[in-house]
Amino acid sequence: MMKLKINGEPREFDVDPATPVLWVIREQAGLTGTKFGCGIAQCGACVVHLNGSPIRSCVTPVKAAEGQEITTIEGIGNANRGLHAVQQAWIAEQVPQCGYCQSGQIMSAIALLRRNASPTDAEIDTAMSGNICRCGTYPRIRQGIKAAARAIAATAEDSGNG
Amino acid sequence: MGKWTRRAFVTTGILAGGVLAVGVAIRPGNRKLKVAGLVAGEDETLINLWLKLGPDNIVTAIVPHAEMGQGVHTTLAMMLADEMDADWSLVRVLEAPAHPEYANYALAKGYALGDQSFPSWLLPTVDGFFLQATKMMNLQITGGSTSTPTTGLHAMRVAGAAAKAVLLQAAATAWVVPLSELRAHNSVIHHDASNRSAPYAEFALGAAELDAPVLPRLKSTEEFGIMGTNVQKFDIPAKVDGSAQFGIDASLPGMKYATVMAAPVFGTQLETVDTAAIQDMPGVRRIVNLGDAVAVVADGYWQAKQALDRLPVQFTASDAGKREQSDIFQQFSADLDDAIAQGREETDLNKGDARAAIAKADRIVEAEYRVPYLAHAAMEPMNCTAWVHDGVCELWLGTQNPLGFAADVAKAIDFDQENVLVHNQYLGGGFGRRAFSDYAIQAARIAVDSPYPVKLIWSREEDMRHDHYRQASISRFKAALNDAGMPVAWENQFVNKHDPVEAPYIPYGIDNQFIHFAESKTHVPWGFWRSVDHSLHAFFTESFIDEVAVAAGKDPYRYRRDLLSGATRFRDVLDLAASKSEWDRKLAENWGRGIAIHKSFGTIVAQVAEVEVIDGKVRVQRVVCAVDAGFAIHPDGMKAQMESGIAYGLTAALYGDISIGRGAVVQSNFHDYEMLRMNEAPAIETYILNSGEAIGGAGEPGTPAIAPALANAIFDATGKRIRELPVKLHDLRVPGHSAKDVA
Repeated sequence: MMKLKINGEPREFDVDPATPVLWVIREQAGLTGTKFGCGIAQCGACVVHLNGSPIRSCVTPVKAAEGQEITTIEGIGNANRGLHAVQQAWIAEQVPQCGYCQSGQIMSAIALLRRNASPTDAEIDTAMSGNICRCGTYPRIRQGIKAAARAIAATAEDSGNG
Repeated sequence: MGKWTRRAFVTTGILAGGVLAVGVAIRPGNRKLKVAGLVAGEDETLINLWLKLGPDNIVTAIVPHAEMGQGVHTTLAMMLADEMDADWSLVRVLEAPAHPEYANYALAKGYALGDQSFPSWLLPTVDGFFLQATKMMNLQITGGSTSTPTTGLHAMRVAGAAAKAVLLQAAATAWVVPLSELRAHNSVIHHDASNRSAPYAEFALGAAELDAPVLPRLKSTEEFGIMGTNVQKFDIPAKVDGSAQFGIDASLPGMKYATVMAAPVFGTQLETVDTAAIQDMPGVRRIVNLGDAVAVVADGYWQAKQALDRLPVQFTASDAGKREQSDIFQQFSADLDDAIAQGREETDLNKGDARAAIAKADRIVEAEYRVPYLAHAAMEPMNCTAWVHDGVCELWLGTQNPLGFAADVAKAIDFDQENVLVHNQYLGGGFGRRAFSDYAIQAARIAVDSPYPVKLIWSREEDMRHDHYRQASISRFKAALNDAGMPVAWENQFVNKHDPVEAPYIPYGIDNQFIHFAESKTHVPWGFWRSVDHSLHAFFTESFIDEVAVAAGKDPYRYRRDLLSGATRFRDVLDLAASKSEWDRKLAENWGRGIAIHKSFGTIVAQVAEVEVIDGKVRVQRVVCAVDAGFAIHPDGMKAQMESGIAYGLTAALYGDISIGRGAVVQSNFHDYEMLRMNEAPAIETYILNSGEAIGGAGEPGTPAIAPALANAIFDATGKRIRELPVKLHDLRVPGHSAKDVA
C-alpha cells in the first residue's frame, strides 16, 4: 500500500511502487485535471506540487512521494471554493485555448510566484520554459503571471494595512 | 459548455414518440422533433435546430462544431444571440450531438456555392438539397476555418433572427396587438403602447408552433450589439480548475486501459507477436493483434505500456522499409525534372505566356525551396474510450468530425452507423489531426470483444510516429524582370497538390504566370495540418518574391506594395503591418526584419518579424500582425488565434522536421521534435482591419505568413537565404559577427 496525502486528504493505493504519480492521480484517485503529455518530463502537462514544489508527475515513482503531500490543480481552487489569484488572472487575460496544458502551466506559475513574488521576464522564462503550449498562449501566460503577482501584492498590502 | 447526456441519446425514441410531441408542442413531421430529445431538457423548448429556450429565459445555442481552443462555441453563440437580441448573460452553449440533422450543411453550401445569396423561394430547396448531401457525406466537420463564415452566417445568425421573429409573432398573437408595435431587447419583448413587457420564455411554446422565416432580415454591422465585442469565452473557467473534460478524461465503471504500437513502417503488418512473454505481467488483461498494430489491455495505462515495451514483435518487410528522407527528396526532384522533360506538367494556373516571357528576358531570378514533413503534436495524445454493449458502440473522444468517425468505426466493426454513438469532448488540440479516425477505429476494434469499456491512450512516441503528416515538398521558381526590375513572368513548379486550390496563387499583378505541379507519391500518410497547403506555399511564394525584390535592388515591403496596386485589400493589410512595425526604423546590429503577406480561408494576414541573430542562434523578438477577416466577431479571440497561429508556424519554421529513416519516422518525442517554448516566444502585436468584406476564418490564417516573414528577416540580419526549413538545419553564424561585437 502506498500512502499519499492528495490535496490534504490521506489516501492509500494498492499499486506497484514504481508507478508514476501521474497515473495514480488520474486512474486511482480519479483526479483528471493533471494531464499526460509526453511521459519523459519534456512538456510539463503533468506538473503537480510535492510538498509545495513543482514536480513532473509522469516520471516521479509513487514510492518517491510516499507519505508526502501532493497538490493537484483540483486542490488549488475552483469557482465554488474560490479561485487562486493565478486562476483568476488566467480568466481575466483569457489565457487558455485548447486548455490541455493549462493545469501544468498554472501549477508551474503558482510555484514560481510562491518563491518569487515579482518575477522579471527572464525569471518567468526560466520558470515556465519547461511547460509546452501548442496553442502558443505564452504571451498571455506571461501577462497572467504578472497580473497575478500584482493581485497578490495588492491583497497583501490590503491585509497589511487592515 | 453544456453536453448532451448519454441518457438523452439512448432514450430518444421514447421521448420523440411521446413526451416531447406533447410537452414541447412541436408538430409531428417537424425536423425539430427528431433531435429535440437529444438537446432539449425538461421544460425547454427547441425553437429551431440551433436554439432552445428554457422557462428561466436561458437561451442555449446548439453549435455543431468542436471546441479545440479556437473559441468557436463562444463566437457562434455571439452570432446567434446578437441576431436574437438576447441578453448575453442568459446565453449558454451546447455542442450538438453527432447526429445527421446537425451535419454542417451550411459548410457544404459554403464550399460548393461560395457566398452566393439565394432568392427566398429557392432557399428551402437549396437547404434541403445540401442537408441531404452533407448527411450522406457525414459532414459535421470542424476545420478549414469555416465555422464562423459558414455555420455562423448560414445557421447561427439566421437561427437567431428567425427565433426573434417567431417570438415576436407569438407575442403579437398572445397580446392581440399588431406585430409592428412590438420590440425585442435583451430577451424581453416590450409593447410600449400598453406598457407591457414579458421575457422571451413566455412565448416559447407559441413560437415553436410557428413556421420560422427562412430568410429573416439580418442585422447590418452598425446594428451589432454583441458581435464585435470581447465577451469572455465560455470554455475558459473549466480550463483553469482542471474540470474541463477532454477525451482522455473519460471514466466509465470497470474501464480498462490500452496502449498500442503500430508497425513502424507505414503499410507493413505484424508478423509475429510473442504474447506469452508478457501475459503474466502485473495487470495485463489482453494482447490484441490488430493486423498492422498490437495493443495491450491492462488495469492501468502504465501497466499496459510497461508490458507493450517488453513485447517481442516482428513486422513484415517492405520496400518502403529501405527508404530514407534523402530518397524521398531525390524522388521529388526526379519527378519534377521528368514532368518538364516529358512535357506532362499538371497545370495549376496559366495566364499569359510565362515561358515565352522568361525565354526572352534579360534578367531571370531562380530559386528552389523545400520543406519537411511535419507532425501535429497536439498536447493531448490521441486517445479514445470505447464501450461496446447491448448492440451499440459508444465512443468518448475528441474529434473534428464526429459523424465521419461514427461512419468509419461502424464500417470497421460492421455495425450500423446509428449504433455508433460519438460523445465528443474538449479537444486537447486538433490542428487537423483529429479529423482522422485511426485512433477511434483501433479503440472500437479492441473494445468490440471486451466485456468492459476500454480507454486506448497512445504514447507520445506513437502519436508522433503515426500521425498524418503535413507533406514534405519541393518548389521551384523562375521570375523574369523588366528593365525597371519588376516581374513580368512567374513560373512555379512544385510536387503534390492538395487543398485548398488557391494556396500557391499570388496576389501580385504579374501578367504572365504558369503554376504547375507533378504528383510524386510516397508511403507517408498525408494529413490536414493547420492551414494545409498554405503552410508550405506561403513560405515558397513569399520567400521568392522577397528574393526577387532583393535582386531588383528594391525594398521588400515597397516592392510588394507596388505589385499590389490592383489588390487594394491586400495593400491595406500590408501597409498596416508595415506602419505598425515602423518598417523604416533602423534596427540594431545583428537584427533583421522580414515581411510576408498571404490570404487563406478568406482572411488576409501580413506579418513583420524582427529577429536577432547572435552566434548563429536566431531569437524572434517581435512579430507585428495585421489581419483582415472582413469583420472580427470576437476581436480578442481573433488576436488569440493570430498569436496561436504564429506560435504554431514559428515552431515549425524554426524546428519542425519529421524525417524518414528506414521507412519509419525518426523523431519520437519533444526532445527531438522541438517546440517553441516560453523563453523563445516573441512579443506579438495584432492589428485588426475590418474591411467589411465577406467574413473569413481565424484558426488557420495566422500560420502561413510567419515562416517566410522569419526567413526574410534572417536574410536581412545575416545575408543568408533560408531555402529549406526548418531554420535549425542552417549555420547562421556570420564571419566577424559574434556576441562580442554586439557588446
